[in-house]
Parts: sequence; structure tokens; C-alpha cells
Amino acid sequence: MNRIKELFKSKRKSLLSVYYTAGFPTLTATIPIAQHLEKAGVDIIEIGIPFSDPIADGPTIQESNKIALDNGMNLHLLLEQVRGIRKCVSLPIILMGYLNPVLQFGFEKFVKEAARVGVDGLILPDLPVDEYLLMYKKIVDENELTNTFLISPTTSEKRIRKIDAASNGFIYAVSSSSTTGAQQGFSTEQESYFKRLQDMKLENPFLIGFGVSNHETFAAVSKYSSGGIVGSAFINLLKNSTDLDSDITRFIKGLR
Amino acid sequence: MTYAVDEKGYYGQFGGAYIPEMLYPNIEELRLNYLKIIQEDGFIAEFDQLLKDFVGRPTPLYFAKRMSERYKAKIYLKREDLCHTGAHKINNTIGQILLAQRLGKRKIIAETGAGQHGVATATVCALMGMECIVYMGKHDMERQKPNVERMRILGTKVVPALSGSMTLKDATNQAMRHWINHPTDTHYIIGSVVGPHPYPDMVARFQSVISEEIRNQLNEEIGNPFPDYVIACVGGGSNAAGAFYHFLNDEHVQLIGVEAGGKGVDTGKSAATTVLGKVGILHGSKSLLMQTADGQVVEPYSISAGLDYPGIGPMHAHLFETGRVQFLNVTDDEAMNAGIELSRTEGIIPAIETAHAIAVLSKMDFAPDDVVVINLSGRGDKDLETYIKWGKY
Repeated sequence: MNRIKELFKSKRKSLLSVYYTAGFPTLTATIPIAQHLEKAGVDIIEIGIPFSDPIADGPTIQESNKIALDNGMNLHLLLEQVRGIRKCVSLPIILMGYLNPVLQFGFEKFVKEAARVGVDGLILPDLPVDEYLLMYKKIVDENELTNTFLISPTTSEKRIRKIDAASNGFIYAVSSSSTTGAQQGFSTEQESYFKRLQDMKLENPFLIGFGVSNHETFAAVSKYSSGGIVGSAFINLLKNSTDLDSDITRFIKGLR
Repeated sequence: MTYAVDEKGYYGQFGGAYIPEMLYPNIEELRLNYLKIIQEDGFIAEFDQLLKDFVGRPTPLYFAKRMSERYKAKIYLKREDLCHTGAHKINNTIGQILLAQRLGKRKIIAETGAGQHGVATATVCALMGMECIVYMGKHDMERQKPNVERMRILGTKVVPALSGSMTLKDATNQAMRHWINHPTDTHYIIGSVVGPHPYPDMVARFQSVISEEIRNQLNEEIGNPFPDYVIACVGGGSNAAGAFYHFLNDEHVQLIGVEAGGKGVDTGKSAATTVLGKVGILHGSKSLLMQTADGQVVEPYSISAGLDYPGIGPMHAHLFETGRVQFLNVTDDEAMNAGIELSRTEGIIPAIETAHAIAVLSKMDFAPDDVVVINLSGRGDKDLETYIKWGKY
């Protein structure tokens, strides 16, 4: 069974999903980082497919994308690395990336390959739900992957319901109208948005991301949702780390 | 065959709105309202009035006698270079700022390559008293300094885009990120027929005044609204979209789009998207896109800052695929020579973007009676430094 669905069956509180860019800070770091994350006790690993023009991302993830591409990362290599990760890591793995590299690879070929090497889910932020339903959902379902959509504070209730109906794993709730990036804390408007989502009693569980960077922000999002997604703060850690194993352990411990 | 956008925002297989969910409400608001607003009598009246009194429309359709003698055809120049601010770009910014006002937006953002769209946006923001931020690639800011200063004089904040090749593509990324971060009070004035639906259609409609005037003016001049050829340069493709718009269904009018060949299409330093591009997604729409086999966007090159965009508007991709528009390309040197040629033959220094359209004249065979309209999209004042650096005059 799909590891994401499995996970949400057994656990719906304080889940921690961590994002990092494949091939960053070095081309071969993708596998060891996944191992360290599992050891440190995270619940889901999100691996970013680097893209030259990541319009939904702030400066931290933009820079990691550029470095990863300069290091020679591409989708073929990434799928190869995921196969390597699967030999030693049993956590759910999500690939997150912009649509263009996936289309050039071939959407169906990509989904099949991803499923074959042990990927569990996809997040494609610039693939809108209507196009997904029309062109791509069947392929994703056939290969037993999940697909996660983003919603933001400006997403209407009607559209959230539509996205909920189209989802089969979890929903990624963006904490504010913004690009990715670490923040210090949440405003009362943001907390009331989280509350509103909680009260909607959606079919799918949701995780909150964007601006989740430390113990306080992780605790805050966990209060209203199934957990949080950490990205930019983790990329910053990787950028400055001299000892990945101990730095990652300490960082994850600090978040919990 | 229809060349218009369909209700889902597609031109054939091209177009759509591939945007992060954070931008969905903005794009949806535009999609639901743009046609209604721009067809209101009050909107049309204000748009027409500003085009007339502020922009200086209609722009002349000028019979270029000496060029006609040289190329043995009847060559007319549609003088968009005489628009206020020096290029066709202002037709669109006037339309979009009136739209933004009606949507209740208080702030404007824009991207710019050569700076013409940035200046046109800064101008209408000053006119309407709206706050304006323009993103411009750092490299473009260096090669188009006068336009940067023009924007600043007009009260606009110019923010350098520091990623990638630091040109138009990167400025567009930055503007989109800004919009994601400021979704409710800000309107993004895209300067070309690119971006998510409804932008390509909206910008094409605002620019379509160019071909509307050409038809009327030709009819008056020669008693027939149809030229044999319409020629325009294509970066993203807004001036070409405007010049072609009202001729698209008149299949006997041959439409020619001219792309920037740069140093030559085989040199790796080019921006000729119809030659080098494949179907892909950038800045919210599916179109032809210059990219690697892995789907990473290639940094385009052209001597002209207004043409070095790695894609073309989805409408043009469709016009290319259906064969309705023939796409040619010319090199930096051919364009620069054509710029000098037009300067000395007709007393008009064209923008280097526009010089690309002039340069195809020598590659084509005309019959003596052929009526050829070239869209003279912009004037060359902003390019003086590039002309001087090139130096062969």
C-alpha cells in the first residue's frame, strides 16, 4: 500500500514533513540526507526536482535549485537516487517540482518510473486542479501515487472543496499568501485561517507549510492540522552544515 | 480555422493557466471580468480618449518612398514609434491600468526587458497616481540606462532581478513572485502576449488597435484594407499580435513574424524560439520554449533587450504551428545594418527590436504592386548606446 496513505491511517497529529532540493548542497547528498532524516525521526521526505525558474519559491529555495542544477542534477539522476534511498529508507517519499521538467521527461513515463523506484506522492505546484483532473489524474491513480495540491489563505471554500475531492493523500496548506521562506511566527489572521480549515472537516488531512521553521511555528501549525512542512529553514541548515548527520539530528529535535 | 483563444484559454494546444494555487484568485478575477470590463461603453470611451489625446493615436501609416524604390514594392511603415513613450507598449498599459482601476487595485507591478514596457507602465501609473514597481534584469538595467532613469523620474521604483541571466525572463519571475506575495491590492501589468490566460488575449486585444488602424488607413490610402504582407518583430510578440490581429482571418494577407537570430540560430546565442523551442511551460502558459532536454529553460541571447525572451506568446505558437504566420529570423548584424539603413533612407532611427522586422525586406521577393506594411514598433532613442557600441556606421 502507498506509504503516505498508510502513514495517515496510523498517525494524524504532529507529522513532520521535510523538503530539500535534490542535488543540494552536493550532487551526491540526496541519499545521505534522506537517511539522516529518517534517523532523526521525520515522517515524510519531500525531495525537490530543481528547475531553472521556480516562481513559487523565495530566495533560499531558488538558490538551492540553481546550485543543484549547476551540480548536474536532473530528473533521470534523481529517480536513480530515489532507488538508492529506497534501499535504506522506509519513509514515504514525495517528489515536488515544477511541471516543465516533468513534461519533457514525459508525464506518464515519469509517474511510472517514480512508482517503480519507490516514490509515494507528487506535488506539482504549477499544475492546476482542472488540468490535473482532465489530463493526469488517471495516470497518477493507476500507478498508486498520491497527488497533493496547494491551497492558500485566498483560496475560496468552494475551491478548497474541489481540491479536497481531487486529492488522494493530503492537502498542502500554504500558511500565507507568499512564496516559500522561513518566518518567525504566525499572525492572528493566519491562525484563524488554520482554524477555518480545521473546521471545514475535509476528507483529506492537511499539513501546513511556508514559514514553518522552528519549534514554535511547528507547534502552532500542529495545533490545527496534521502537522507541518519545513523547507527553507532546512535548506539554510544544509547550506551551512559541516556535519550533516549531527546537524540534521539537532535541527529535527529542535523542531519537535 | 479559428485563431482566437477558446473559452478555456487555449490557442490550439497552446495557452492555459499553469499557475501556483496562490495566484489562482488573481487570475480567476481577471478571467471572469476582463471581457465584461473592456467591452463597457465607459471603458471604451476612456480608452479611446487616452489613446487619442495622451498617446497620440492614430499613429500615421507612412508610405516609405525611398525604401519602396529600393525593395521594389509599396512599403508602408506603421508608426508606433511615434506613440508617447516611443513604442507600441503604451497601448496595452493604458488598457490595463483602466482595468486595474475598475478592479479596485491600488498598486501596479510590471516586468520589463528593454525598458519600453517599464516606461509605458511607469507613465500610466504617474498619469493615474498609482504606486508602481517595475522588475528589470540587472543586465538589462545596465544596457538600457536611459529607460531606467525615465522610470525613476516618473516616480516608479525599479527593482533589479538578480537571478539567472538577469534579463526579461528573470524580471518576469520576480514580478510573479511579488504578485504571489501581494495578491489582493496589486495588479500585474504583463507587457507582452505571454503569461497565464487571460493575459495573452487581453494584451492582444489592447494592441489590436494597430491593425484596426492599418485597415482603415490603407482603405483610405489605396481603397482596399488588405495589404499583401504585414511584417513585425517577435520577442514575446505583443506588437506582432496587434499588427496581425484584424488580418488573422483574411488568409490572403501574408503575415511575417521576425525573431532574433542573435549571432545565428546554430551558435547557441540566439532567441529564435520557433526554430529552437519545443512545447513547454513557462510563466503560466504552454507555448514554444527554448529549453534543454531536461526541461530547464535556456538563456536566450539577442543584441536587442526586447527580443531575448526564451518563449513566444501561445497565440504565436499556434499561428506558427498552423502556418498562418511565417516566422523568419535575422542576426544581430543584419538587424543593426537594417537600423542604419532605415535611418539613412527614411530619416527614422528604429528600435533594435524593430530593426529586425526591417531586415527581412532584403530576404524577400516582392512583386512591384505588393503592399507591404511593416510595424515600426519603437524608436531607437533608447538604443543609442548599443548603436554606438556596435559602431559600424
